[in-house]
Amino acid sequence: MNGREILNAHEIDSIITRLAFQILEKCQDISKMKLIGIKRRGAILADRIVQKINEFKNTSVDVGYLDITLYRDDLSEISDFPKILGTEINFDIKGKSIFLIDDVIFTGRTVRAAMDAITDLGRPKKIVFVALIDRGHRELPIQPDFTGKYVPTSLDEKINVMLKEIDAIDSVTIEKM
Amino acid sequence: MTYTKKDLVGMKNLTKDEILFILDQAEKFKEINKREVKKVPTLKGKTIVNLFFEPSTRTRTSFEIAGKRLSADTINFSSSSSSTTKGETLIDTVKNIESMSSDIFVVRHAYSGSVKFIAENTKAGVINAGDGTNEHPTQALLDLLTIKEHKKKLEGLNVAIIGDITHSRVARSNIWAMNKLGINVKLFGPKTMLPKETTPFGCYIASNMDEAVEDCDVIMMLRIQKERMSTVLLPSDREYAKFFGLNKAKLKKAKNDCIIMHPGPINRGVELSTELADCKQSVILDQVENGVAVRMAALYIVANNI
Repeated sequence: MNGREILNAHEIDSIITRLAFQILEKCQDISKMKLIGIKRRGAILADRIVQKINEFKNTSVDVGYLDITLYRDDLSEISDFPKILGTEINFDIKGKSIFLIDDVIFTGRTVRAAMDAITDLGRPKKIVFVALIDRGHRELPIQPDFTGKYVPTSLDEKINVMLKEIDAIDSVTIEKM
Repeated sequence: MTYTKKDLVGMKNLTKDEILFILDQAEKFKEINKREVKKVPTLKGKTIVNLFFEPSTRTRTSFEIAGKRLSADTINFSSSSSSTTKGETLIDTVKNIESMSSDIFVVRHAYSGSVKFIAENTKAGVINAGDGTNEHPTQALLDLLTIKEHKKKLEGLNVAIIGDITHSRVARSNIWAMNKLGINVKLFGPKTMLPKETTPFGCYIASNMDEAVEDCDVIMMLRIQKERMSTVLLPSDREYAKFFGLNKAKLKKAKNDCIIMHPGPINRGVELSTELADCKQSVILDQVENGVAVRMAALYIVANNI
């Protein structure tokens, strides 16, 4: 594990539970509730949150996964080849309350791209943004509606969100680059 | 695995991993074509010029739709209205259009090797949309994507490519790619339409239609390309249909779930009987549909490497 741990597996799980209840409080009509996770780790978080909602409400809320690669405004600036992961949203967006979920909010550009991608699929009633970690340094006027943890960082620090589905461990660390 | 070349000139110079990578990306692009708003802003501000020195409707339209769905500006250029008819050289034409800040050229030309020549002489990305009797890589890729979708795998499949092998760039691109992917390829066609030297292809040459079709997972019928051959190669359409065309009776030799492919346009009743062209096993329209996704992937990948 690189860097200092700021959240362990238990804390991550508690935060996910809290976020699930905050989402439930925000949405009056659960039949219009749809969760969309931004690939890759936001998608895993969306799965975990929706599982808690479904267990608590004994319902089955739809979850979709969004790949924002094709909507990035920095394609020519990034060195790694941006591989398309594919969007998997098998429900109608129109008129729905969309809960958009990501692991970290940083500059706000990913969220902007995600909102562009969602509105291309239809006109939702509203989009609510949920982030596990807010590390600051916004470059666009975008704020999460619900945040798991606010972590003040400097620009030379990096937040690593590790989730056991792809990283074999649940942990959030901060490290100097 | 990624793709680092600025061009997509042919399947011959691609690795197995590069081919599988493009197919994987094309699968992801299919979702966009099913949306109500079939458009993403990915190539906004890029200029794609379709340089077609040889007539084409479906390939050009497919590339044009692919470019537009990625929000690029696509411009069509056809040789009949170009300065090449006034004696300008190919490279001069390309350099002039490149000077108008074009980013990608999609090129079709009647001369084999011309697309590679253009790619070596321009900074823009170049995608081969068919050069002479050499290669047609995006057609091979859309064929492979269609096969993969229907058969859920590629390795170990038995594929027969039947018809005018000599004049077919579609056959050539498919053979190079299929050999790399572990697909068993059988070739069959009139002796006058089989290359003299088939060793480089490393494919089995069937001696009759029954043997060609036997135990096949995929039968790819080729179009009789009257524009690229003289009449001496083919006595009559009727005779061709009898010995080299596919009909219901001949198809019985293949596996029950064998799919029928054709790069189009079909000469109905010659290569393929109408009942087979429109039957459940025919995936010809799936090929056309996959063409747009494959070309979106090709444009996206090339645009990222220029």
